[in-house]
Amino acid sequence: MNDTLANTEKKTAYILTLPAVLLVFSIILFPIFANIWISFKEVELKDIRIPEPRAKKIVKSISDEPSKIKILYKLRNSSLIQEIRDVSFQDNFPKTFEIENLDPRCSYKKYILKCEFGNWPAKYKENFQVIFVTNDGSKIDKKNLKSIKPKLEGKSDNILLNTNFTLKNFKKVLFENEFVDLLLTTFYYTFFGTVGSIVFGILTAQMVNQKFYGRTFMRSVLLFPYVAPVVALAYTWELLLDPNSGTLNSLLLNYQIIETPINLLGQKYIEISILGFDFKLRLALTTVIMFEIWRYFPLAFLFILARLQAIPKELYEAADVDGASPFQKFFNITLPQITAVISILFMIRFIWNFNKFEDVFLLTGGASGTRTLPINVYQQGFAISDIGMGSAVSIVIVVLLLMFMFFYFKLLGKRVDEN
Amino acid sequence: MRTKNTILFSLISAFFLIFLISIWKILATLQGLSINSFNIEIIFIFGFLISLAHLGIGDRIKSIYKSIIFSSIFIFCDGYLIQKLPIWYNVGVFLILHFFTNKISKYTFIGLKEEHSTQVILFDFLTLFGILFFSFVILFPFYMMLVTSFKTQIALLVNPLDFSINFGQDIKDLFKSYFVIFKSYKFGKYIVTSTIVSVGTVIITLIFAIPAAYAVARLNFFGKTFLSTSILIIYMFPAIVLVIPLYTIFSQLGLRNSIEGLLIVYTATTLPVAIYMLQGYFKSIPKELEEAAILDKLSWFGIITKIIIPLSIPAISSVALYVFMIAWNEFLFSLMFLDNPNSFTLSRAIQYLSGDAETPRQYLMAGSVVVTLPVLFIFVYFEKYLVSGLTAGSVKG
Repeated sequence: MNDTLANTEKKTAYILTLPAVLLVFSIILFPIFANIWISFKEVELKDIRIPEPRAKKIVKSISDEPSKIKILYKLRNSSLIQEIRDVSFQDNFPKTFEIENLDPRCSYKKYILKCEFGNWPAKYKENFQVIFVTNDGSKIDKKNLKSIKPKLEGKSDNILLNTNFTLKNFKKVLFENEFVDLLLTTFYYTFFGTVGSIVFGILTAQMVNQKFYGRTFMRSVLLFPYVAPVVALAYTWELLLDPNSGTLNSLLLNYQIIETPINLLGQKYIEISILGFDFKLRLALTTVIMFEIWRYFPLAFLFILARLQAIPKELYEAADVDGASPFQKFFNITLPQITAVISILFMIRFIWNFNKFEDVFLLTGGASGTRTLPINVYQQGFAISDIGMGSAVSIVIVVLLLMFMFFYFKLLGKRVDEN
Repeated sequence: MRTKNTILFSLISAFFLIFLISIWKILATLQGLSINSFNIEIIFIFGFLISLAHLGIGDRIKSIYKSIIFSSIFIFCDGYLIQKLPIWYNVGVFLILHFFTNKISKYTFIGLKEEHSTQVILFDFLTLFGILFFSFVILFPFYMMLVTSFKTQIALLVNPLDFSINFGQDIKDLFKSYFVIFKSYKFGKYIVTSTIVSVGTVIITLIFAIPAAYAVARLNFFGKTFLSTSILIIYMFPAIVLVIPLYTIFSQLGLRNSIEGLLIVYTATTLPVAIYMLQGYFKSIPKELEEAAILDKLSWFGIITKIIIPLSIPAISSVALYVFMIAWNEFLFSLMFLDNPNSFTLSRAIQYLSGDAETPRQYLMAGSVVVTLPVLFIFVYFEKYLVSGLTAGSVKG
């Protein structure tokens, strides 16, 4: 009895979870394996379209013979590189139509024209013409005739399914295209974006944890950048930072803080000298990181605030009795209490920033030294239209991420053991 | 010790005043006033003197009179002698000074003698500074988005700092950018598409997620722990890695440029979060209710529809709002899968609009306002639900 109950429970559980699991696996896990497959192939964007036989139907009346009509089919192979085998053709006609010239490849039965065209090589084109005559001499409705679409079918190879593999893509990714520079840019972007958002998150959480008028309002305002659509925010920033008529540059010029406008999103380097040391700052990358911090510190803020509100008040009261200063309280009570949240946040944000595509894409498109790995996936796959290369870059991303997670958990595990 | 604290207090408060006045000046500049200098030195001296005078006068004058006196002197010197500016600007300065003197009124000579008093003052002012600074930094872009959408290209070229809105003009002229994007750029259609995609994603996600979350929360089966950990790992997985294979598969299946394709991808990417959030809530529902239902011979379908769903309306609505926001804001997949303007979502349409360098920026900003407003409205209105959802699952971003 008990056994059958457990069995039905199991069955129910599988029925309940199966749809969700199937969907998620087919859309998320399957593509990851597909990526590995594609990354070992030489595939371009144009190769992935399945070649189709196509026909454009043109209806022409013949002068002086109103009961006759000429129909011209412009046949072609849609693919420029692949052949189509065993093309078959079919078109329907009204019941008053008789055919005048029958092509040897075709048959006309029951007012249906059927043809077998055989194999079409790549770029194949043919003008196929048929003439019909109406048996009762009635007027021909050209529009109606045109609205009937011919059906074409054919077989072709799918370039993705053959078994020609190559290591070319990975060679290209790792040894060309300034891979080291790409990695460094991605790392700067990810690391500083993550650290910046966590630092601002701590500051704002500490701030909102204080009592002041309008605190709940402040809390929702702080989350605005996080919930608003990235498209709107990126374009607003672009407008604000525009070198020609952007608000920021106009303001700085107006208050005589700068003499010439700065192209914050379009300039790769800027020379800065602090205390006699000259160094080059990657300007566009810094701006993009600023946007990143601005947009994602709310997440850190929310997590840290939730943790801060859970710290027992007694700890602070005891510290007050001991005469601790505000800074001592912050460093000795608050910080140790939020380290766990911070380490989780660091991991989550690091992974997500590492894969962030939209922000950089919308702000700079990857120009002026802001090309990160995800941007490279897009550029290889869609701008240069080399799907295989794009896949190879995404595989590199996955491998790097797995390595990061592995080391992070090892490090974290060690620290947990020590405590 | 007391002199040092007094000087430190005056310094900090003077810097705070500089900050307040500077923000006000920036906002005034953006209304078309020509202010060319922050006058930092003068404001610093004023702030320093006001703080000192405040400590010196102490309780001898009522604080309201004190504030009025300080503010009047400041306005007289700054607003009238140095720059000739309109009344509203000076009213603003007066209010700022009033706010400032109110803030410093709680510090007295006696208080400054206490231990850590400078640190306390620094902490207080840093908090105040932080509140104003972050409000400004966050709201400023949103403010610029809104006001730019009401300006015209010519007005912005003549004076790029004049963002004042002329409310006297005809409504049609004022909302011209909005009329244009809805008429010439078919934004009405894009709103419909975005709404269908987002609402559709919410419905399908809930249909798939509720049973799955119930199973994970309540039933015992082989692979349960594997399932619940893989939910979290999948949630961390990057969308950019999925793009190329999904693109190739969708092209071959003819799912690109279709709402169905977007619905499938959005549902699959939001399902893990939805299941994670829901199963946490389902676990908190007392088991006894279901046990009673099982005795009544209710099937699992009955249990879910008659007991679980009615009891977890708050959690379900929070998941729904949340999934709606993710789907509404999504950009990457809509960029990859949609290239026919007839099937664009709002985000993709704005990006398409910006691709044309000729597009006036006020149209772009009007579009941005259209895509942002619904989300912010939902967020502010349902904040209570959403914040708990955010901390439980955290938006994929």
